[in-house]
Amino acid sequence: MAKILLDTLRHAYVADPASESDWALKELNLEWEDGGAYALLGPSGCGKTTLLSIISGLLRPSRGRVLFDGRDVTDLPPDERHIAQVFQFPVVYDTMTVYDNLAFPLRNRGVDEAHVDNRVREIAEMIDLTHMLANRAAGLTADGKQKISLGRGLVRSDVNAIMFDEPLTVIDPHLKWQLRSKLKELHQRVRTTMIYVTHDQTEALTFADKVVVMNQGEVVQIGTPVELFERPQHTFVGHFIGSPGMNVLPCDASNGGARVNGVALQTTSGGDLAAAAGRLEVGVRPEFVTFADKGENGVLPARVVKVSDAGRYRIVEAQAADHAIKLLVPEGADIPGEATALRFDPERTAVYRDGWIVA
Amino acid sequence: MNKTHDNRAWFFVLPVVALVAFNAIIPLMTVVNYSVQETFGDNVFFWAGVTWFEQILRSPRFHDALTRQLIFTFTILLIEVPLGVAIALTMPRKGPWVPVCLVLMALPLLIPWNVVGAMWNIFALPDIGLLGRSLNALGFDYNFTRQPGDAWFTLILMDVWHWTSLVVLLAYAGLVSIPDAYYQAAKIDGARPFAIFRYIQLPKMKRVLTIAVLLRFMDSFMIYTELSVLTGGGPGNATTLLSIDLVKIALGQFDLGPAAAMSLIYFLIILLLSWVFYTLMMRNEQQ
Repeated sequence: MAKILLDTLRHAYVADPASESDWALKELNLEWEDGGAYALLGPSGCGKTTLLSIISGLLRPSRGRVLFDGRDVTDLPPDERHIAQVFQFPVVYDTMTVYDNLAFPLRNRGVDEAHVDNRVREIAEMIDLTHMLANRAAGLTADGKQKISLGRGLVRSDVNAIMFDEPLTVIDPHLKWQLRSKLKELHQRVRTTMIYVTHDQTEALTFADKVVVMNQGEVVQIGTPVELFERPQHTFVGHFIGSPGMNVLPCDASNGGARVNGVALQTTSGGDLAAAAGRLEVGVRPEFVTFADKGENGVLPARVVKVSDAGRYRIVEAQAADHAIKLLVPEGADIPGEATALRFDPERTAVYRDGWIVA
Repeated sequence: MNKTHDNRAWFFVLPVVALVAFNAIIPLMTVVNYSVQETFGDNVFFWAGVTWFEQILRSPRFHDALTRQLIFTFTILLIEVPLGVAIALTMPRKGPWVPVCLVLMALPLLIPWNVVGAMWNIFALPDIGLLGRSLNALGFDYNFTRQPGDAWFTLILMDVWHWTSLVVLLAYAGLVSIPDAYYQAAKIDGARPFAIFRYIQLPKMKRVLTIAVLLRFMDSFMIYTELSVLTGGGPGNATTLLSIDLVKIALGQFDLGPAAAMSLIYFLIILLLSWVFYTLMMRNEQQ
């Protein structure tokens, strides 16, 4: 068990990174609380697997340090950092039984057999593998093999953190849900720090207490699932999380407030927006856009273009001059004719400058 | 599931049947034909039944050749398979040296077999060959044309030089197909190098090694060209393996009946042993 600290970390796969784009991982300062359930969320190639490998010790960062409970472990190999990892594709030792697979990390460390037996049986019970301990590991299904990988991490009592690198990629959809809730349950039981890498927002939001969203080698926001949803710190988070993603509309800042199509909008962003330079945008989630009367103040005239049914609600696509705006309408609610107006919830609408939120 | 039956489909198989008939069944049948008949020339044949088979199976000469053959085959298997695996393990898996190593390894396999025999014959000659002269200069009494032990030593050395590459290439193919995640998992699990070899590399190489052992077994059991150029079966009969003996009977003494019977026995031994090898290895896999 340990608190993990990443101190001014950077990594590049090229030998002499010249420009900013050469860095696979841009400068990073992060703290992972002991016993937390974290998710690292981001699109493919955003650097999340790189970051994971650096924490686990499979990769040495080009710059910066990794600290476990204040101890510098940057140069230590994975087994001396006492971390465990579950990989994207199940890794089991084919020739061994399930029992021997689970016992392997302990036997490598010279633990005596009586203790090994206790631990293996205890962990097998936790991950529901007791009835197949004597089976050859090679014969198990993909989800069984992933459980073994996880179990090999859990048997060690000295584990500081368990890493998951997109562990559900090869699992059947109906088992994904099961395994995910199992993981959540296990975390509550063992309270080991778990870091879960994924590009699937559902996996990240259901598993983690805190989600780290990454894009192009940068951490764009760290927050609880609710924070990510209600107050995205970056337009990327708005796009990436939520379905459909956040509406982002270019705006201008005459009179100091945000204006879209000449209509002044109320937002949470205070101060004089015109004071600093940069590209300004207004962001609002489809959940917080409603229909309004055209005569009202601060509403955006628009016309409905398309309505699609998504089950419990409908996704309406509207057009306000050049801007397309999506909104969610509950099942059964009226959808006005073509010409209408849209109201953005002032509490949930924010202005972004060059992608980042204006407080 | 309903299967459609259409007997015209058999026509698709006919060309293969014809091909196999011409290159395997018909030649084999002529051998069977000789093996049960006696001839004194002029294309006149007499029925001989199983006389030749009995004669071969009882002949001490056949027993000796078979024993030598088995010793040879198992010796080279014991050397080439572990050596091949060991070399494959030391080869780089990434980087600019990979093609260099692969080409170097493939070189012995590209040399015509009779050239291999000639090369080693000259190389090992005690008076002018590099190997022979060096050994004698170092004080060893080495002469593979006169001493049976030296002849065996040279023969095995030649076969190891010629064929270990095949095992290396197959084992290497098995090694590079192991995903990085296995090595990373082993690192995390604290596995020592031997454990990595025993539980990751060896199991993943098993299929290709089965093929390697089978190929080397069959080929070494049939070795003829290199051996006939190197020692011709001598000194005396010291290195007369089955194929050399067969040619002596068939072409040297022109005993077509016994030679044909011996060919069939020879063929059946290879078939049987290959089948036993394969079944044993595959059964292990399924457990």
